[in-house]
Amino acid sequence: MICIVDYKIGNSRSIQNMVHRSGYDAVISNKHDDIKNAKSLILPGVGHFARSMELLDEFDLINLLNDEVILRKKKILGICLGMQMMTRHSEEGDCMGLGWVEASTVKFKNEEGMDIRIPHMGWNSVDFVQSGPITNDMPEYSRFYFVHSYYVQCERPKDVLAYSQHGKKIVSAFQKDNIIGVQFHPEKSHKYGLTLIRNFCNLHESKA
Amino acid sequence: MNLRPRIIPVILLHRQGVYKTKNFKNPSYIGDPLNIVKIFNDKEVDELILLDIEASSKSKDPDYKSLYDIAGEAFMPIAYGGGINRLDQVEELFKTGIEKIILNSVLLNDLNIVEKLVAIYGSQSIVANIDYKTSFFRTRVYFYGGRQKTNFHPLEWAVKLAECGVGEIMLNSFSREGTSIGYDLDMLKKVVDSVKVPVIISGGAGSVLDFQSAFQNGASGMAAGSMFVYKQPHRAVLISYPERTEIDKISYR
Repeated sequence: MICIVDYKIGNSRSIQNMVHRSGYDAVISNKHDDIKNAKSLILPGVGHFARSMELLDEFDLINLLNDEVILRKKKILGICLGMQMMTRHSEEGDCMGLGWVEASTVKFKNEEGMDIRIPHMGWNSVDFVQSGPITNDMPEYSRFYFVHSYYVQCERPKDVLAYSQHGKKIVSAFQKDNIIGVQFHPEKSHKYGLTLIRNFCNLHESKA
Repeated sequence: MNLRPRIIPVILLHRQGVYKTKNFKNPSYIGDPLNIVKIFNDKEVDELILLDIEASSKSKDPDYKSLYDIAGEAFMPIAYGGGINRLDQVEELFKTGIEKIILNSVLLNDLNIVEKLVAIYGSQSIVANIDYKTSFFRTRVYFYGGRQKTNFHPLEWAVKLAECGVGEIMLNSFSREGTSIGYDLDMLKKVVDSVKVPVIISGGAGSVLDFQSAFQNGASGMAAGSMFVYKQPHRAVLISYPERTEIDKISYR
């Protein structure tokens, strides 16, 4: 069983649907037992960084997640804001994150010579720079749906799994051991997202 | 510039069915929303916009149950608009599994709602729709499905909404809705040049060429209704979407 961590904002239901479609079972929950018993976790996120960290705290999930992810090395996939929350800090609300990955979250800005629309919204290419189980069977010309105003900067290049281009090169996926984050929305990216979700579920799950 | 053009079917919801209007009048029945979404899934559409054409004018709450069912079937991003004027509705809406909400009539009296929503959901989840039409050589913004006229010019209103923090602006020409005569590119250009958020153009699309010219003029998304639900010349109902190879040809050329 996969547990989609529920902190009341985020489109958990779409993620659950995609997990089901990939042939696995998922529960949406913030109950400590569900999170402890899950074989892997998904941290969703559509919302404001500071507010979301506050909610994780209100549901008393921060210590629990630290235990599960850092001590017990449980596999976890962070999606969009969920990925950003895995970093040390975000400029959105000037707020500390979970700090699992040596990275920080900063706002898109129109720098000199750039003419980008913010938020970065729409379908973009994702250039995987490392291949691993998570990129298995990825269809050619894959494209993923993005919608975000802040992006992740990794301090260690070896954590970067994929880059995308929006005015500048941004990290669109990272992986540090059991911790995977994607800036795009696999649950809303048709067969490309389905492939990624299925690969994630395959990492640690037996078919439901 | 690697962001691809977004081609977005607009689905008008009405009494649990999907309808199509012309100039926002005379709704005619197209089909069952779940079937239509399934077809759009198979065609791998970029995004979907759902608009409830009655919720606002009849002060009804959104039809959460239908949205829950639709969002459950959709493997593409969904934006919903219609009848949104309170924070608790938005909370309920995001629970159904949609990604974005579209605000319109509420903005006439309560612009502060944008700031409140952005603080919870982030600006990327908040779209503002601007309905406008031109009569007697004056172009003005309308609310409540065209029933309430204002003195705002769409450009002035777009700049104001962007300042308030909406993540995206949808520009909808009433006069072109359902006509297939092409988008209002003049207005598009003006708005795109004045705001930094993505702009979706709506009203009047008749062919892939219209998408191309809108994209060249700075639109991030191109919305269309009739084009995806009718087959010309007799306007028989047929759900369609351009082939990916056709969409991939759209560029800044």
